[in-house]
Amino acid sequence: MSRTEATTQFETVIGLEVHVELSTETKMFCACRVTFGEPPNTHVCPVCLGLPGALPVPNRRAVEFAVRAALALHCEIAPVTKFDRKNYHYPDLPKGYQISQYDRPLGTGGYLDVPLPEGGVRRVRIRRLHLEEDAGKSLHDPRLGTLVDLNRAGVPLIEIVSEPDLRSPEEARAYLQELRNVMLYAGVSDVKMEEGSLRCDANISIRPAGSREFGALVEIKNMNSFRSVKQALEYEAERQRALVLSGERVERETRHWNERAGRTTPSRSKEEAHDYRYFPDPDLVPLRIDAEWVESIRRSLPELPAQRRARYEGLGLSAYDAAVLVDERPLADFFDACLALGADAKQAANWLMVELQGLLNEKGRELSATRLTPEGLVALLRLIEEGTITGRIAKEIFPEMVESGADPRSLVEARGLSQIADREELLRVVREVLAQHPAAVEDYRKGKTNALGFLVGQVMKATRGRANPGLANELVRRVLEE
Amino acid sequence: MNLHELTAHEVRNRVARREVSAEEVARAFLERRDAVEERLQAFITPLDAEAVLSQARAVDEALARGESAGLLCGVPVAVKDNICTAGLRTTCASRLLADWVPPYDATVVRRLRRAGAVIVGKTNMDEFAMGSSTENSAFFPTRNPWDPRRVPGGSSGGSAAAVAAGAAALALGSDTGGSIRQPAALCGVVGLKPTYGRVSRYGLVAFASSLDQIGPLARDVTDAALALAVIAGRDPLDATSAPEPPGDYLAALERGVRGLRIGAPREMFEAEGVDPAVRDLTVAALETLAELGAAVEECRLPTATAGLDAYYIVAPAEASSNLARYDGVRYGLRVPGADIVEMFERTRGRGFGPEVRRRIMLGTFALSAGYYDAYYRRAQQVRARIRREFEEAFERFDLLASPTSPTVAFPLGERTADPLAMYASDICTVTANLAGIPAISLPCGFEGGLPAGLQLMAPPFQEERLLAAAAAYERATGWHRRRPPLGLIASAGEGGA
Repeated sequence: MSRTEATTQFETVIGLEVHVELSTETKMFCACRVTFGEPPNTHVCPVCLGLPGALPVPNRRAVEFAVRAALALHCEIAPVTKFDRKNYHYPDLPKGYQISQYDRPLGTGGYLDVPLPEGGVRRVRIRRLHLEEDAGKSLHDPRLGTLVDLNRAGVPLIEIVSEPDLRSPEEARAYLQELRNVMLYAGVSDVKMEEGSLRCDANISIRPAGSREFGALVEIKNMNSFRSVKQALEYEAERQRALVLSGERVERETRHWNERAGRTTPSRSKEEAHDYRYFPDPDLVPLRIDAEWVESIRRSLPELPAQRRARYEGLGLSAYDAAVLVDERPLADFFDACLALGADAKQAANWLMVELQGLLNEKGRELSATRLTPEGLVALLRLIEEGTITGRIAKEIFPEMVESGADPRSLVEARGLSQIADREELLRVVREVLAQHPAAVEDYRKGKTNALGFLVGQVMKATRGRANPGLANELVRRVLEE
Repeated sequence: MNLHELTAHEVRNRVARREVSAEEVARAFLERRDAVEERLQAFITPLDAEAVLSQARAVDEALARGESAGLLCGVPVAVKDNICTAGLRTTCASRLLADWVPPYDATVVRRLRRAGAVIVGKTNMDEFAMGSSTENSAFFPTRNPWDPRRVPGGSSGGSAAAVAAGAAALALGSDTGGSIRQPAALCGVVGLKPTYGRVSRYGLVAFASSLDQIGPLARDVTDAALALAVIAGRDPLDATSAPEPPGDYLAALERGVRGLRIGAPREMFEAEGVDPAVRDLTVAALETLAELGAAVEECRLPTATAGLDAYYIVAPAEASSNLARYDGVRYGLRVPGADIVEMFERTRGRGFGPEVRRRIMLGTFALSAGYYDAYYRRAQQVRARIRREFEEAFERFDLLASPTSPTVAFPLGERTADPLAMYASDICTVTANLAGIPAISLPCGFEGGLPAGLQLMAPPFQEERLLAAAAAYERATGWHRRRPPLGLIASAGEGGA
């Protein structure tokens, strides 16, 4: 390997800082409801408006959710933690500081096992998880200037900081996906990136492959979807590579992802030249986290994504199928409900992932918007299994079940769709069909065996799919051989 | 006797027994308030007569309906203007909040109202409670009822002057480094700073959150106990309010001082700037306490004098953050600018007075990267040490005693150009805030016609012990019964002097 070649081998090093809004009923330090999409400034009070004299009181539920999230990420829970003030001026920051946690975060030293797209798992260490309050939103109106909506101000957030353990933009995306799954399964957030309940900043650097040192760190902000995280990081890794290759230095800085332009641009330095002057918030007392309480939360943790995937694989599903189901929690929950009703795992997974997903994709809908029930799907599978209907009939009535929630048995009965398994009845049909297609019969007898398939198909057509396929095949063959 | 000369508990008892109506009391105090106000300027917002009388009538009506009489029924109370009152502007004596009307009552105000108090106005103070003379008010200085050429002390100077002059029977102040006790001393009234966490801070506009505490200014110890009984107690809206149940403060008044061990920290008597005459009055007060059966002994608090230095780091540091919210975005003054940063700068530049700006800059510096350890962290270490020294002292003593203020009231303008001289007023008081302990100031004599104050300090949540000793001293001396010669001043004024 030549020198030049050697230096063109770079490793990308990525760490992510993820903010997750907790789905508590009320805000972090006051009794206002946590909402999304409500008219501006309708869920505010003296506390979250930062009125003079108002004081914060921690929401125990938010602490519980944060502990739950930290446990789901295998973090150590600090027995005593505290809140600090992060001081900076911004129009949508009502108090001129954010209540956050600085040097004693709630959770430290955790990890997340991320299933990688190419197979295998990458263990990403979690440096810290801390609790804080969200700021409001600034809306820039060309006519009215900057308007501030404080409905979001004070909504509880957790910030999850990973170690720089990710090695590609694709891994970063996979990490986010898995982190999202864990938060969702732990029941602490609805983690919708498009609604801002999951937000992500990235630290990215490159280094010569094999080097142990880190390159200059660039922080990337303003990535608003999983896709944009991957794109921004791909762009940035490439930008840094090009700089180094042309003999320039990578500046340590913060850059903004510009979705439309498809590139990162430097943030104005003024915005970033912050000294946050952290100090313990004197309005709040240190938080003692009772060890028994932590254990009771640990015990109440539901099955997490990794466990669920393992269980599905144990049922005979492929790793890929297990991952697809688990990534769509409603689908996975539906699948579990089918299992509980005694469905065959592979059959149920197949119907959900192929037939149902196909329909949903076609109509751009979510499972929750349909009327399909686990009972309905399991009844359908049973009808097939019993031989009452053919797979083809099942596929035919399935869209209607999804649409109306209709019971498959009633559909089958009402429309006379049950399978024809009566030899005499089917034999009559077979003879009719063969009589109508003498050419095909001739072909078969000349040795063109694929004519058999055509004739069976004609039998199915004549019975509108109700013929038992195996029996139809057997009878066609027998009559042909006669 | 004029009704306005009654103490709060006398007013309360007469109104409760229906010997006099709350309305009659309110009228008497209104008349007195308006008579002295022109000279004293104790109020930023004196409530108009109708607003005061309607509260009083509501109290009378409730009594007429047979409702039980609250602990402060019919008592005219003045409230420092950094305590939020729903619908009544709360300015903190700042241009920034000159027109701000809170949509909510502070917890203490709710408790006052529930106890039947009649609020007569919002009192003057140093801007955002930063000062020791009330001269840092953005509006006007308040004058000392004992000598209108002198300051009433601060920052609760308006509340102290109002009570001393009989414009209110009782007042609430706030104390961050002595802001209740020092003006109480300089105006010859009783001022009580409760244990940190004893009284809810919800609705007190924060200066330094870890030090701020609301407390009463009163004509005598009984009134202070009465007010504390009303305002003390856990508040779910204040995470720093203490879960300990309040004591029986009124019952404590009769316990006396016999057998109590009282320590006199030498550092507080010999501190730089302690006027020998004030020291002598304090020593005489200790002798009185000894005659009453207390065991008085000198003691040491070696770090006490460093308290002032620690205080002037911690308080500005917290203030720099607490006052960050005054940015012109949501409420208060807004001075427009070309962009948001310019709007922030102009609003804060014009809205805050020089002392507030100075402290914001001091505090910002103390918290800055590279300086935090040298200033803020070190100040917290000093604070922890002071707390330990107090704990150790309270193993040997039931109470500690000192002068409240190193001097009697000083002339207006004397210290305004010298912030350090002004800060020195707090030398004996700041340590109680740093340690979070309760302390009371009570009149202990006069020097040149001006009152001096004795400070007693107790372990956390021992307000009962504090009040017991204070009441015993007060009964034995009667300094509190002296009234400023305001009548003479008023008539001289009317005579065209």
